[in-house]
Amino acid sequence: MFAYIIKRLISGVIVVILVSMAVFALFWFGPEDPARPICNQQTGNRCTPDRLENFEEQMGYNNGFVSEYAAYAKGIFAGRQMEIGSTQIDCDAPCLGYSHRTFNLVWEELIDRVPATISVAAGGAVLYLLLGVPIGVAAARRRGTLGDKLLVSSFLVISSVPYYLFALLAWLYFTLIWQVPILGDSGYTPLTDNPAKWFGGLLLPWLCLGIFGCTQYTRYTRGAMVETLSEDYIRTAKAKGLKPSTVVYRHGLRSALVPVVTVFGIDLGVLLAGTIFTERIFEIQGIGRWGLQAVQSFDLPVVSATALFGAIIIVISNLIVDVIYSVLDPRVRLS
Amino acid sequence: MTIHNMPSSSTGNGDPDAFLVVEDLNVEFPTPDGPVQAVQDLSYRVGLGQTLGIVGESGSGKSVSSMAVLGLHDAQRSTITGSIKIGGQEVVGLNEPGLRKLRGNAVSMIFQDALAALHPFYRIGAQLGEAYQVHHSSASKRDARRKSIEMLDRVGIPQPDKRVDDFPHQFSGGMRQRAMIAMGLINDPSLLIADEPTTALDVTVQAQILDLLQDLQREFNSAVIIITHDLGVIAEMADDVLVMYAGRAVEYGPCKEILVAPEMPYTWGLLSSIPDVMADTDARLIPIPGNPPSLLSPPSGCSFHPRCVHVDKVPGALCATTLPELLPGGRGPHHLKRCHLANPAEIFRTEVLAEIAPKMVEEN
Repeated sequence: MFAYIIKRLISGVIVVILVSMAVFALFWFGPEDPARPICNQQTGNRCTPDRLENFEEQMGYNNGFVSEYAAYAKGIFAGRQMEIGSTQIDCDAPCLGYSHRTFNLVWEELIDRVPATISVAAGGAVLYLLLGVPIGVAAARRRGTLGDKLLVSSFLVISSVPYYLFALLAWLYFTLIWQVPILGDSGYTPLTDNPAKWFGGLLLPWLCLGIFGCTQYTRYTRGAMVETLSEDYIRTAKAKGLKPSTVVYRHGLRSALVPVVTVFGIDLGVLLAGTIFTERIFEIQGIGRWGLQAVQSFDLPVVSATALFGAIIIVISNLIVDVIYSVLDPRVRLS
Repeated sequence: MTIHNMPSSSTGNGDPDAFLVVEDLNVEFPTPDGPVQAVQDLSYRVGLGQTLGIVGESGSGKSVSSMAVLGLHDAQRSTITGSIKIGGQEVVGLNEPGLRKLRGNAVSMIFQDALAALHPFYRIGAQLGEAYQVHHSSASKRDARRKSIEMLDRVGIPQPDKRVDDFPHQFSGGMRQRAMIAMGLINDPSLLIADEPTTALDVTVQAQILDLLQDLQREFNSAVIIITHDLGVIAEMADDVLVMYAGRAVEYGPCKEILVAPEMPYTWGLLSSIPDVMADTDARLIPIPGNPPSLLSPPSGCSFHPRCVHVDKVPGALCATTLPELLPGGRGPHHLKRCHLANPAEIFRTEVLAEIAPKMVEEN
């Protein structure tokens, strides 16, 4: 087990390194000059080719991809000295450079935004599991009945609506049109500042993520449960004289959860890497929105940082899924 | 191994006070294509200490009828009529809590393919202990564990105190089946239903499992139903035999009677299709022609008639038009058969035996 985790961690590190290289290369060789945004800003939109050349020189973009990536990678572990115009800045490890848009250190901006994203993602994920799994189990137990059919088809309708439209409509109605108290005042307040406001501000984003996400989890759980409930060992459990709830939850759900956990891990990773639409619509300063702004303004260091962050989160969540998987299924444990 | 040598009058067949009495059992499943009559007009009895063997092809209703005894069919997806009495208690229409009290307690079931029938995620001991605790609410986890080890030991699992903590996939096929049996017997059931307990096991393990079942039956004096399509298992185990075809009993009587003097062409077909290592090389293996009938649109008259090679021996088109009753034939009141043939004994001797075991005919 331990050796397995180590092995997975090593391959995870390789994945992260490759992702960071790929993102770096994408912008380096991309259509837009990464120095242009900073040049535009510093010269008041009078960025002549001469000045651009100057900025490229200063920012190291003339040094070639390999040496600049090496400097970037070294900065992450050892920190580096950087220049903006004529000012020198100390970028301590882990140095991810400075934003070409705001000139703040990327690491500090990242640390600033992570709590918001985690708050949104964790709340949404908890909600869609808490809603999706029990509803899915209930539907599986009543499969084929009118209630089951209504539920499955109405959830299919909800999940066919694009999420950004769903969230946008929620925001439009609750905040703009009905102006519902608490629900309508969405936004992010740090938990440590004011727990009540933190909760209230995130309630609508959570509900959006939760209700939209739970439709999928209901379908996964229902499907897995229907399959599990027709297994021979479920018949054995019934033949022992166990209560239906024990049969369904202890014997059925335990097996049905395995595929659900796999999907959940991947989803949670994606959520933590940035809930772009949710953060954009509900005006939450999280990783997703930050990355979106960075892409729009060709802010290379921030884009690299969000991609790196996302890759690390997804690698870790996949590892956690595999560990949980082996806890749930003893047959995995030994092989 | 011995076959119980009970006088035929004491078999469950004729005993009105038998532990399990099934009467006119019908099990029907509604499907989008129409109702499936899985079991029709089935009646049988099994007394304590007795073994009933139920034989038939896949889809003949063997397992369906036995699952009805435990009330395992979903009430919303099946219609069950008739009567099933266990120790005098009516099971058909009994509510869920009442059924739960019986399941695994007075009646327990051993399923085929123990790998699929045991939960892959729980330890053997946990699964056995659960079966014990559900009917012994005062028993602690430790009591349940001790009982599980005791039962594993009883069914011949080596080092039961260690193996109790194994998962099913760590057991061999034979050990899994033993563990299934241990689980089935953990509450001393009066009725044990073994649904193809030796399918998917190799022959030597099959023999061990059958031996074990017989030993345990003698010890616990329980009534046993053994469901199989293997007549060898029947010969080994059963006191009475019930042959099923297309959801109906087609022949029912004491084991020796059915195996030595069968009176129904389907039973002849089953006997003719058993390979025998000891048989002389002239003996032929004769399959039953055709396929089992669809239960959605069963054949008219006798449901076996489209596959029966003796149809032309019955005058008129009786086989195709009229369902024969399950009635005593020429061998006494305990041997029932569902067939129009007037002289089955003669046909069996001259046509069936002559082909599958010519020597036996000459000896007669």
